[in-house]
Amino acid sequence: MSGKRIAFVVALAALAILPFWMPGTYYINITSQILFYAVFALAIDVLIGYGGLVSLGHAGVFGITCYTVAVTLGAGYGHVVAILFGIAVTLAGMAVYAVVALRATGVGFLMITLALGQILWGLAYRWISVTNGDNGISLASRPAPFGLSLGSATAFYYATLVVFLFSLFMATVFVHSPFGASLRGTRDQPARMNALGFNVFMVRFCACLFSGLLTAFAATLFVYYNQFISPQALALTASAEVVLMVISGGAGTLLGPIVGAALVVIMKNVASAYIVRWNFLLGAIFVAIVVFVPEGLVPGSVRLWRWATRRRSTPVANKAGAA
Amino acid sequence: MSALTINKLEKSFGGLRVTRDVSLAVEPGERRLIIGPNGAGKTTLFNLICGELRPDSGSIALFGQELTRLAGRRRAHMGLSRTYQIITLFPRDTLLRNVMLSLLGLDRRRWNPLLRFDAQADMVARASQALERVDLGHIAARPLAETSYGERRRVEIAMALAQNPKLLMLDEPFAGLSIDERRDVQKLLASIPRDVTIVMIEHDMDVALEFAEKISVMHFGEIVVEGTRAEVVNNPRTKEIYLGE
Repeated sequence: MSGKRIAFVVALAALAILPFWMPGTYYINITSQILFYAVFALAIDVLIGYGGLVSLGHAGVFGITCYTVAVTLGAGYGHVVAILFGIAVTLAGMAVYAVVALRATGVGFLMITLALGQILWGLAYRWISVTNGDNGISLASRPAPFGLSLGSATAFYYATLVVFLFSLFMATVFVHSPFGASLRGTRDQPARMNALGFNVFMVRFCACLFSGLLTAFAATLFVYYNQFISPQALALTASAEVVLMVISGGAGTLLGPIVGAALVVIMKNVASAYIVRWNFLLGAIFVAIVVFVPEGLVPGSVRLWRWATRRRSTPVANKAGAA
Repeated sequence: MSALTINKLEKSFGGLRVTRDVSLAVEPGERRLIIGPNGAGKTTLFNLICGELRPDSGSIALFGQELTRLAGRRRAHMGLSRTYQIITLFPRDTLLRNVMLSLLGLDRRRWNPLLRFDAQADMVARASQALERVDLGHIAARPLAETSYGERRRVEIAMALAQNPKLLMLDEPFAGLSIDERRDVQKLLASIPRDVTIVMIEHDMDVALEFAEKISVMHFGEIVVEGTRAEVVNNPRTKEIYLGE
């Protein structure tokens, strides 16, 4: 078994028994947050890391799912209908979002997505008859699939873990597929890809839909976790935070967004309990990442590890050569 | 039926006419060379043929099929393949994956999000063959970033050939190559079977003239001289505008 697989199995085992070794409910909830933010970060990573498309409006897409689930439940429908409808509306919304945003790439794409995110935030804030404005919407209960209530922290954690693993599996298959290769090609050489016979717009559009699907998964978990949704979840800072998760962990890798999500969630929830100026600390960490491992924590650590092991092995090789 | 028929093609960038009333007929299996000084409009003509630019007027047909308004990607599916003057490859991938991407462009599997790309044995085999054809089979697994300029030029050609084109368009394939590398590429181009029609832009007259059967000389967006090697080389207009005599 390769080192990567052993690490994966160990991590999986640790996550499976996490509620038994975590000191309390609070930390189980923090882990749930890390997992659904990791799914959200993976959704953004599909666009940033594999498609070269930096979206700064994804919190708006995230909000579409949250509000659709909340409003559907409020209208008296069940959880299954609310979740499925939430995903369907998000995909439809993402299709419109993609068609508008993909008219440009680079900074143009970033600015259009920022504007679209702000429009969605504005709708959440001002469309009071539907969204209840600044007061937000509360959810009465969490679902109980197969009769198992997700009301407790441990049960919700396991539901989140299942969705996280499913999303990670989907993302892994996606990025290693021929379609994933096509997407990476459009990131590196769009004109060349067109000349090779690829429909660059459609490749990017489908990638946006996949990203929207993962965003919907994350948002569903978020809205059930908090049992509340307000316009704050759609704010620009929410989008920027997830982009930072991806960039700090390592865009274009599958582990990077997970590490980035863990970093941000831990800093926000755990470090802030001990350090008043935790925002300053988070900023300092981001600056350190940009300076020392600009490619992100995961690929940067791999690079530093290789460099260190090469340095350690070089003198031995030299000695052998001299002998 | 001609392999490539261009009729009265026009293209302007603002007030600058970069392609002026260009008409051209390249026969199947022909080796056509397009020469001209810098800024003559050769690469623009290539971009018009490949669909990267839209002409203002005129028409382009490939084996009798009109493709003037067709998107560039559709032209690739019709058998038109090209290389670039400035090397345009995928630097983060290996040589093998670069060629596999080229094959994927014409394959339905490019839409498949469930298969494993590296496990497509037929594509791996065909990409390996294409790399063997340009003498790069031994370094197929090497990242592109670790290859020389000459090797990258050959990868470009391997990618174009892997698509089994009917019409191969080569934009300065000898640019930046050493004498030995030029000889290798020259040999490689000579080995391409006659069912592939080749149109080439090239500045290196020694290798280019040896390759070409017919030559078109462009100047200020126009084709000013056309004919066989001897006819073009001996034409006083060619000497005046291109050979400097």
